[in-house]
Amino acid sequence: MSILPLFVAIPLGGAFLTALLGRRFKIVAHVLPNIATASLTVLSIVSLFIVKENGLVIYKMGGWMPPIGISLILDGFSSFMLVTVNLIAFFVCLYSVNYMEQYTAKWKFFTLFLLMVTGMNGVVITGDLFNLYVFLEIAAIASYALVAFGIQHEELEASFKYAIMGSVASTFILLGIIFLYSYTSTLNMADMSRALLLKGPNNIVNYVLPLFFLGFGLKAALVPFHAWLPDAHPSAPAPISAMLSGVLIKALGVYALCRILYNVIGMDPKISAILLFLGALSMVVGVFLAIGQWDLKRLLAYHSISQIGYVILGIGLGTPLGVLGGLFHLFNHSIFKSLLFLNAGAVEHATGTRDLKKMGGLMGKMPVTGVTSLFASLSISGLPPFNGFWSKLIIIIAAVQAGRIGYASWAVLASILTLASFAKVMKYGFYGNLKDNLAGVKDAPVFMKISMVSLAFICLIGGVLIIPAVREGFLSLGSDALLQGTRYFSIILQKTAGGM
Amino acid sequence: MIYFLCMVLFAIGLYGVLRKRNIIKIILGLVIMEYAVHLLFILVGYKMGGRSPILDANQEVVNMVDPLPQALVLTAIVISLAVTALVVAIAIRIYDRYKTFDITKIRRLQG
Repeated sequence: MSILPLFVAIPLGGAFLTALLGRRFKIVAHVLPNIATASLTVLSIVSLFIVKENGLVIYKMGGWMPPIGISLILDGFSSFMLVTVNLIAFFVCLYSVNYMEQYTAKWKFFTLFLLMVTGMNGVVITGDLFNLYVFLEIAAIASYALVAFGIQHEELEASFKYAIMGSVASTFILLGIIFLYSYTSTLNMADMSRALLLKGPNNIVNYVLPLFFLGFGLKAALVPFHAWLPDAHPSAPAPISAMLSGVLIKALGVYALCRILYNVIGMDPKISAILLFLGALSMVVGVFLAIGQWDLKRLLAYHSISQIGYVILGIGLGTPLGVLGGLFHLFNHSIFKSLLFLNAGAVEHATGTRDLKKMGGLMGKMPVTGVTSLFASLSISGLPPFNGFWSKLIIIIAAVQAGRIGYASWAVLASILTLASFAKVMKYGFYGNLKDNLAGVKDAPVFMKISMVSLAFICLIGGVLIIPAVREGFLSLGSDALLQGTRYFSIILQKTAGGM
Repeated sequence: MIYFLCMVLFAIGLYGVLRKRNIIKIILGLVIMEYAVHLLFILVGYKMGGRSPILDANQEVVNMVDPLPQALVLTAIVISLAVTALVVAIAIRIYDRYKTFDITKIRRLQG
């Protein structure tokens, strides 16, 4: 019995049952999604051990042999992403129990939430290019609806903008998939990679690359395509902002882009140069735009663009250390950025405002939110001993090793500016004098506290992931899977033949 | 030639999305873009003078068109239907709030 289909089946079934029973029984709408995400987290951690043991697991849907049927593939990189996605989903789900009290129709929220998790898990474990597109759309459509969940003026406007830009991006991705299919006559990623290798270099790849860069770049909010993110992320309810910034842009954008570039098309210096340039551009532009913001969530959203820049920079270097650093930063960013958005949600929940100018002195009134927010801010600014420091350090060392001194110095500069802008958040938001109208605020309810404290704890101890013994079991699995590049297909075909 | 027309259709849709101010026209542009891509997908699987890919016991199938794109396009159409329905629903809500379809007047978000 393979556990692979469960990653899609559990959230999908959970969404179905929540929609069916959640309207009648309020308790189901709360408990069921939490059970689903908790079991997914456990399963994804189990999947790490399975990958460690067996290398690579293939599940053939409906018993069809690849390359004919759709296959689900679990390798190190997928497993790494599964842990990231499901861990965040679990904490966010726990947090939503209290936070969503202010909205009606919570069962609708949890249904869409679980559908989004379905889509992301599906993107991560699929081995078929068209199937990837389908799952990507499931996650994207759920997220368009969730951004509009408040149905106020701003939410609707942001959601419309996001939906249009997202759909155009999906259309470009589909166009790219069509071109690849017409050239290779297959949709299975491993088989496609083999066909591309057999047929030799061709112009079609040069046509497809811009389409994928545009499509997935828009999903990942890299800088020329980032316009939707600063609107969509602040407008969504706080747990959804945390999901969108924490994992959605990574699973849909970074993961899919890296999987296709590294394992299907194959990495070369030209692609690496594009990735490095886009990464550095996002990193610097994002942080410059962030520093002038006064809306707390909008500031955080711009920082997401900047941090995704780091991830792409690390992965774009193409060296083992660079990829390791990029993936480590991806994991860290999903932890501390979700935490920051959850904090922003807690502040908004208590004070009713997101404007930094109207806050102040909240540390005394909301100690848990204040301290966890301090942890996350130190982490995102890259101060030791928090996890953000280690991953940024690795990326910068890798850039220097690869002879990219210029990019390394941009990374340092962006890190300093990040520190400056979070100093501003802490100063105006949590320290300073308490405003009169905020005298009566209380700290967040219990479930929100639990999830924030747990995430802050992971921020604090995240650095241990880099210790060699621990690294072997988590980060290296992911980076090794990426670095095997187009050898990916031979491993998969070998496994398929062996399992016959 | 027909591939070229497909590209023209795609470009028309993209133009509609990028240049039009009316929300409904933007949605139409999006739909046209998706149609162009679906058409291209069908064309990719088409063979000149090909027949439908139905296998029968007592005949040999020669020169059939590629069935896979047809199956995939069905899925893609369903997805684009879902997107269109959602976007139209959002457009109706926007009209309720703002009393206009003009995107230059729907500007509450800065930057």
